[in-house]
Order: sequence, then C-alpha cells, then structure tokens
Amino acid sequence: MIANVLIGSLTIAQILLALAMAGATFRMLRGPRAQDRVLGLDTLYINAILLLLIFGIRSGSTAYFEAALVIAVLGFVTTAALAKFLMRGEVIE
Amino acid sequence: MRRWLLFPLLSACLLAMWLLLNQTVAVGHLLLGAALALCIPWTMRAVQPSKSRLRRPGTIIRLFFIVLGDIIRSNAAVAWIILSPGQRGRTSNFVNIPLELRNPYGLAVLACIITATPGTLWVGFDSATGVVTVHILDLIDENAWLDIIKGRYERLLLEIFE
Amino acid sequence: MTPVTGLPPWAALLTSVLVLLGAGLALTGSLGLLRFNSFYERVHAPTLATTLGAGCVLIASMVFFSALQTRPVVHEILIAIFLTLTTPVALMLLVRAALFRDRIEGQAYDEVKARALSADKRALLPHHRAIRPAPIDLPGGHHPGDGHEHDPR
Repeated sequence: MIANVLIGSLTIAQILLALAMAGATFRMLRGPRAQDRVLGLDTLYINAILLLLIFGIRSGSTAYFEAALVIAVLGFVTTAALAKFLMRGEVIE
Repeated sequence: MRRWLLFPLLSACLLAMWLLLNQTVAVGHLLLGAALALCIPWTMRAVQPSKSRLRRPGTIIRLFFIVLGDIIRSNAAVAWIILSPGQRGRTSNFVNIPLELRNPYGLAVLACIITATPGTLWVGFDSATGVVTVHILDLIDENAWLDIIKGRYERLLLEIFE
Repeated sequence: MTPVTGLPPWAALLTSVLVLLGAGLALTGSLGLLRFNSFYERVHAPTLATTLGAGCVLIASMVFFSALQTRPVVHEILIAIFLTLTTPVALMLLVRAALFRDRIEGQAYDEVKARALSADKRALLPHHRAIRPAPIDLPGGHHPGDGHEHDPR
C-alpha cells in the first residue's frame, strides 16, 4: 500500500520535473536574448540533476548519484564559460 | 605542523569529500584521503590567497541557521509571487546598500547568501565606496531590505571575519 | 519490480512528500522563468530549484537510501554543497554579462542601474591588486595603494 504511494509520487515528481525541463527548454529556444538562453540552460541542467536523483530513488541504485554530480560540475562550468563568452564576445577592443 | 598543513580547513574539506565520495571510513581510504588532503593544498600556494581567520564558530552556526530559515521563507514568498495570477502592482528594481564589510571572503560569503536566497540578487560591488547593488524581485520598502542585509547578515559576518 | 517494497512506512511517506515538494518547487521556478517579463526578474526563478527544491530531493534521497541499506547514506550532501556554492557564482557571472551587454547596446537604464555598471567596471581593479603579495608594513600604518591614492584608470 505505502509502496504504491511512493511509486505514485515518484511518477508524479518525474512528470513535474519533465514539465519543468520543458519550460526551461522553451526559454532556451525562445530567448529573446542570449542571456535568457543561458539561464534556460542553467535551469535545464539543475532539473536534470533532480530528475536523475529521482531515477536513482526509483531504481534503488546509487549509481545515478555520480551522473548527477558530473552534470552539476559540467553545468556550472558551462554556465560560467558562456557568461564569460557573453562578456568577451561583444567587446570591441 | 604549520609547514606541512598549509590550509587546515581546505585539507579537512578534501578529506571529508574523499570519504563521502567513496562512502567509507575504512583505514585504507582514510590514509589515501589524508595523503591527498596534505598534497593538494600545496598547489594552492601558487594562487597566494590572502590570509584570513574565521572566528566565533558559534556565530557561524547561528548565521547558517538564520540563512536556512530565510531561504525557506523566501522560497515560499517567491513561489507565491510566481503562482499568483496577477503580476500587476509588483515592482522589482535595483537597490544600493552601503556596507562596512571589507574582507574579501566576507563579501564573497555575503554575495553567495544574497544570490542563493530567492528574491534577492547580488549585482555588483563598488570597492571604492563600499556600496553594493542588489536586485530585488518584490520591492516594497527599500529600507526594510537595507535593515535585513545590514542588520541580519553583515553584522554577523563582521563578527566572523573582522 | 522496484526494491521499494521493503521500506519502512515512515521512510516511504517522508520520501514521497519531500520528492513531491522538491519537484513542485522546481516546476514553480521553471514557470517563473516563463512568466516574468524582464531578464533580471527571470534570474530569480531558478534559485527556487537550486535551494529548497534540490534540498528536498537530496534529503529524500538520503532518507530513502539510509532506510533501504539500514546505514547512514549521506554522500548526497556533496551535491548540496556543490550546488549552493556554484549556483550563486554562475548567476552572478550571468547578471554581470547581461548588464555589460545592456550597456554596450545603449539600452535605457535608470540611475541605479548605471551606478551598478560603474561599480562593475571598477570592481575589476582590486582583483588584480589582491593577487600581489601583501604590502610591507610601513611605520605609521600607511600602506601604499590601500585607497589613499586613486588609480587614474
């Protein structure tokens, strides 16, 4: 009984996070400006981390944890590099 | 002791990270982690970080719980703003706040606290005048925010870092 | 079949509540990203997912695996620490880049924003200064370059 509650709420959480990722993707594709797209990407990878953690809970394996950690590291580096590019790419020096 | 342990806090954090990543406290991993925690901080010497001392561990713990409470509260506030149907009547703008805090580590912690709290965002710091610019999502009273940042966070950070 | 069945009821219930709360907060943040009108408002939205949203899911994961393996599993705390350290830095970099671009393109901005820009420009100087070795203590407590003389740049 209680296991069904857990499985149900995990499914709902996965759907909610998929919707959140869709929203972030929409912002990433739509813009209107480059900084909005980078912000969308930032939100997208954070939601991906949460989704991976929920996959981990669902399958009962801690292997997803490493994947989530790698996405966290790469996502931060990506956002930082893109922000730096937005700053430097436009400078006329 | 001082010669080998250049940055004690960094070494402790590295050891803790190693043990958490391997999910064990076995002797072998303890030794390996300790060796890494002793060696890696040597690369930090090239950066020449300015020396700073953390004081008053009690205040650090108090600041942690204050920030935790504020994050939970402002999460609810921002979620309410997003989910409420009308967007009229809400103004968001930049606010300038003069600070007395000058320690770079203290300022970095303050920047992280302000940005991590939903609804407030650290925009820039003028090191000549000590004025920080913060973007606030739901700006009702400028002085209220000034009191929160100066009275709540800056006072404790001044105690910790200076 | 999922291994969920062997879990004590309190842990299953706590995990469900926390997972739903975290996912809901992440969705709310994503909605904010869609609803807000200006970029500077939108930057506030993802912090919902990174602070309490991620916190809830990570605590849920900790509770679940601790109950499942009947030993404390706390390695999720690494992701929590990493997210709380990196997200503010990434967002601050992004906001500075956005301000810079707005200024380059000559968009209209009010006086406070203009002030933030000048602060942003001047903030670049002391970073270079901080890398230098500390100044030697002079008698009288006066240090060269600690703000008494202003850089003409």
